[in-house]
Amino acid sequence: MIIFDHVGKKYEGGFQAVQDVSFQIERGELLVLIGPSGSGKSTTMKMINRIIPHTTGTIRVNGKDNTTYNPSELRRNIGYVIQQVGLFPHYTIAQNIALVPQLKGWNEKAIEERVEELLLLVGLDSELHASRYPKELSGGQQQRVGIARALAAKPDILLMDEPFSALDPITREELQKELLTLHEQLDITIVFVTHDMDEALTMGDRIAIMKDGRLLQLDTPEKLLYEPAHGFVEQFMGKHRIIQNPELMPVTEIMAETVTTAHPNLSPERALSLIRQKKITDLLIVDRQSKLLGAVSAYDLIKKMDHIQTIEEIMTPIQPILTTKATSKDAIILMDEAPSGLIPIIDDTHQLIGLVTRGSLLTAMSSQWTEEVVS
Amino acid sequence: MNDLSIWQQLVQQTQLRWDEVVTATSVHIQLVFFSMIIATIIAVSLGILVTRVPQLKTIILGGTGILQTIPSLALLGFMIPIFGIGVKTAIAALFLYSLLPIMRNTYTGIKEVDPATIEAARGMGMTSAQILFRVELPLALPTIMAGIRTAAVINVGNATLAAFIGAGGLGDFIFLGITRGIDGLILLGAIPAALLAILIESLFTLIERWSTPKGLRNV
Repeated sequence: MIIFDHVGKKYEGGFQAVQDVSFQIERGELLVLIGPSGSGKSTTMKMINRIIPHTTGTIRVNGKDNTTYNPSELRRNIGYVIQQVGLFPHYTIAQNIALVPQLKGWNEKAIEERVEELLLLVGLDSELHASRYPKELSGGQQQRVGIARALAAKPDILLMDEPFSALDPITREELQKELLTLHEQLDITIVFVTHDMDEALTMGDRIAIMKDGRLLQLDTPEKLLYEPAHGFVEQFMGKHRIIQNPELMPVTEIMAETVTTAHPNLSPERALSLIRQKKITDLLIVDRQSKLLGAVSAYDLIKKMDHIQTIEEIMTPIQPILTTKATSKDAIILMDEAPSGLIPIIDDTHQLIGLVTRGSLLTAMSSQWTEEVVS
Repeated sequence: MNDLSIWQQLVQQTQLRWDEVVTATSVHIQLVFFSMIIATIIAVSLGILVTRVPQLKTIILGGTGILQTIPSLALLGFMIPIFGIGVKTAIAALFLYSLLPIMRNTYTGIKEVDPATIEAARGMGMTSAQILFRVELPLALPTIMAGIRTAAVINVGNATLAAFIGAGGLGDFIFLGITRGIDGLILLGAIPAALLAILIESLFTLIERWSTPKGLRNV
């Protein structure tokens, strides 16, 4: 666990890089620090392992003020990955990975085994790569080695400064996914600096948005998108991100809240007129507590209306249904299975609170574009 | 005897003075060797010092730069009141001339190490000394060797002037040849000196290649 308590960094020339920042990084969390250049995001991260010393406040790493550690000792216990990788060009891949365990005085055999294990973990072939030199590897492979080197001495904290920014988009996405898998496997706290909001949304358990050395908001990706605490946050997140990240948009954001419903004892004639009036193809049936019972289709109603007294007799159960906890992505995926193109949204008590139709889905999606165009 | 052609003179002088040529060459090599040893130790140390204490950069690099501009003969002259006449003075002067190329290359070599490599090294928890000996110096070694090579080649040339202050070496023949007007005698000093410079140049080129870390070599 890492705690920032009113931390600031002022350079000798008077430049205030970071100002009065307080937050807490939970154990096992992947926290993304994001902001425009000069926002102090990298500085904030580098103050954790004292690559940049802070000038005010305290930073606690695993319960202890980080200035009480010997700096080399502190850094050997915190993994460190940078954008330019910074592998030692005169060391082989195996020697590069072995560096920190060696500094910590592990024995030869343990180091050798660890190197094998790590190459496997980051998806490199030990036979093929261990005795190569960094310049013989591609950028993506080099950063894999960079990550292996950072993880070598089994740190419980990993600091990453724009680790994938210099890679091509395909390699970047690949490494992002693999890092997320590693994060799950290893139970390690990761502080990840980026300037790429898409990357932040993909990677972060929580995202801290910084600007001009201040922390503007630290929240889950969902909250940042729907409850930005600051105009800059909203602007920085960008409206169009919902299309790219439908899994972050609650289904309640895209549903129609006014739904035409009827009670089961309604006569078929009145049901038909309601359907015609509202220009709908299906009528949702609810009880007096608004609990969803089923649906009647206009087609069934017209065919059978002479033989029934109430619409309850031709009511069919409706599938699929989503709860309010679902995301827009769930709705997009389920829409294919919805025979009438309707997905009712219900709350915990089974009350109908809204409806997603193909139309409302499309409107929600396209509004993201049109708003973008307008602004 | 001056009616002989220059080549005949050379052959004649070589037959006459072969033993002297061998001795003078050995003295010449010693002058270069000892001045280089001391210069390398001190210049590399100073070069490292300048990378650690940037405030010293102007004084040290500037100071040795000024030394370099003093004409060789004048510098030898300055040394005489301190060390007297002879080998010591010659070595001292050659030492001073070697400082700049070696120190400048040491400084440049270390400064040219990719800052990302240094940052990674710090981030991994290497101490300043570990970074110097395990990262900076190995990576700067080819550049430092190039500095030593430059200094050594210049030194072979400058060492011929040592003859003027009685330090011996191949300059003796050149000096003698000039005063007596025997061109062949001049060549007797100049040819071995030139060969020596070429030999040192090639030797250091080999050492440079060998000292370049494997990971940096062009495959």
